[in-house]
Amino acid sequence: MFFGRRRLLVLAAGLSFGCNKAASPTENKAGSAPSPVPSQAKPVALNGAGATFPNPLYSKWISEYNKQFPNIKINYQPIGSGGGIRQIIAGTVDFGATDAPMKDDEVKQAPGKLFHIPATIGAVVISYKVPEVTAPLKLSPEVLADIYLGKITKWNDPKIAADNTDATLPAKEISVVYRTDGSGTTNVFTDYLSAVSSEWKVKVGAGKSVKWPVGLGAKGNDGVTGQLTSTPYTIGYIERAYATQNKLPMTELKNKSGKFVAPTTAAMSAAAEGIEMPPELYVSLVNSAAEAAYPITGYSYMLVYADAKDPAKGEAIAKYIWWSLHDGQKFAESLDYAPLPATVVTAVEARLKELTAGRKKLL
Amino acid sequence: MTVHSDVSLVRPRSRLRLALGREANFGDLAFRRITALFAASVIVLLVWIALEMGRASKLSLAKFGLGFITASDWDPVRDHYGALPFIYGTVVSSILALCISVPISLGIAIYLSELAHPRLRTPMGFLVELLAAVPSVVYGLWGIFALCPWLRETVEPVLEKTLGFLPLFQGPHQGFGMLAGGIILAIMITPTVSSVSREVLHAVPHSLREGAIGLGATRWEVVRVAVLPYAKSGLVGAVILGLGRALGETMAITMVIGNRSEISTSLFAPSYTMASVIANEFTEATGQLYLSALAEVGLVLFFVTVLLNVLARVLVWRVGKLPEGGRL
Repeated sequence: MFFGRRRLLVLAAGLSFGCNKAASPTENKAGSAPSPVPSQAKPVALNGAGATFPNPLYSKWISEYNKQFPNIKINYQPIGSGGGIRQIIAGTVDFGATDAPMKDDEVKQAPGKLFHIPATIGAVVISYKVPEVTAPLKLSPEVLADIYLGKITKWNDPKIAADNTDATLPAKEISVVYRTDGSGTTNVFTDYLSAVSSEWKVKVGAGKSVKWPVGLGAKGNDGVTGQLTSTPYTIGYIERAYATQNKLPMTELKNKSGKFVAPTTAAMSAAAEGIEMPPELYVSLVNSAAEAAYPITGYSYMLVYADAKDPAKGEAIAKYIWWSLHDGQKFAESLDYAPLPATVVTAVEARLKELTAGRKKLL
Repeated sequence: MTVHSDVSLVRPRSRLRLALGREANFGDLAFRRITALFAASVIVLLVWIALEMGRASKLSLAKFGLGFITASDWDPVRDHYGALPFIYGTVVSSILALCISVPISLGIAIYLSELAHPRLRTPMGFLVELLAAVPSVVYGLWGIFALCPWLRETVEPVLEKTLGFLPLFQGPHQGFGMLAGGIILAIMITPTVSSVSREVLHAVPHSLREGAIGLGATRWEVVRVAVLPYAKSGLVGAVILGLGRALGETMAITMVIGNRSEISTSLFAPSYTMASVIANEFTEATGQLYLSALAEVGLVLFFVTVLLNVLARVLVWRVGKLPEGGRL
């Protein structure tokens, strides 16, 4: 597989792994609550698999956690959300990870009750290559939906011009690009389009792979980024990190309260704060009503069994997630994710305290 | 043509062997059994793969039946699956690749075996084979950043201007599409086809060339009358090898073909192949029917590959029956 820039970053982080033998566990006090220290008596190896979207952050967490607690070895395979769900159901991994919550029929297949644990928040940005446009392009949800529905085909369409009065828009065809490989990115993006356009919802719908009305399919964030850099007059959606690292322009999107908002981590956190977390701990963050919210935002989840088969592993997972919830969150921003809001952290804390092995509580 | 006498290579039979029959030599017997086992493993593997994929695609087979290969609607959101655009994309891109690659590969092979200065042959052949060692993702990236922009800016406008009356060369210029996919595949199969063809031409006995030259043939006539007819079945075999690679190629073509599940007569339009859709959607596929449909695409690809190979085999036999020196 081709390594995206983000993966290389992670690789670099992974290389420092092991050089730093045993940093004192007490050194890290950034979290609001102290992380419970795992019992170091016996080495524990944890296996996880799933979403690629949070992989850079998960890899960072795993390497940092291993520095603090060298006896806990965690291996995460970014094989995709679908694969993560299949493997946690089959019991071949100790924890799964997914961008989209499990479907009902998948929940039924699982041999035990699975908890969704929100781990981080990511955003999908709309990028473009229009040499004539210098200031960030502003798009309203209707216009974005019409572009992806094939109803707006020229960059100088009056509907685009209405929101960008200062920009000189060329009379060129819009080349629409989408992610062709199934992805959480596509899921969040189409979820958003379905939320803002009833026509999109009826004609196309939301999913990790959909039947696109127009456009070209590129493989992966790398592929879309490649088309955005090589083909003029292209529009495409990518994970935020790809846009920042490749210095691609990002559109400001009009959110539900009518404000044009750029995809900053603050705007992503604002989106999460604007939507109440239900008791099942998964919810769509798109089109948040909060004033400062960036509208194409989503949670990424870890999946763990409520009742662990192996108490030692169960305890290690619970403590690791507790650590990621507190100490881990501070790594989010530098890797283009947004930290979880305090209310969600409290809710997840309560959920983690429900984890058991047999009858015994793990935390 | 002379038939070499191999008598000198055979050891005189031992008395024991003569008494016990051909397989009395334990080494020979073991050797024969072991190699037979290896040969059988290929068949077992093929059958096993087919059965396994059939099992995985049971759900989709039951739901869509034959409609799966005639419908062109692929909509994971609504759980509707039809694989026709992928079948079309795979077959057309591979044929396009052969159309581009075969003349070039034969040219390379003929030059290297018949015309090139002996001192040039080895390094040139080495360079051609080196192309086969380039990872397909590198071809894909080159496709995105060099080939597709070049097609969009230069080749497609020229083709439309000169050959635009054909439906093959109409429509918007996007760079990414069937044409780009066919060209990438052609580049990737050229080393295979040309190096195998070169070996085949190399095996043509010198006496044939000498005979033709003796009759006063020009270089071109030697190749046409003496070399190619003798080598034809081997050359078809080389093309089949290339076809096999083109049908199964995934990474590079996925990066340039545009990945739209639509059937279009224009080579400029985006398309989609069976291998690409599996690679793209399998990792994130959720839902039993979706996974089953993807497995069925694999099954269809398997049968299309077998079918095309059988067709090509039949072609080899037909060609083989033509009188030597006849049409190629």
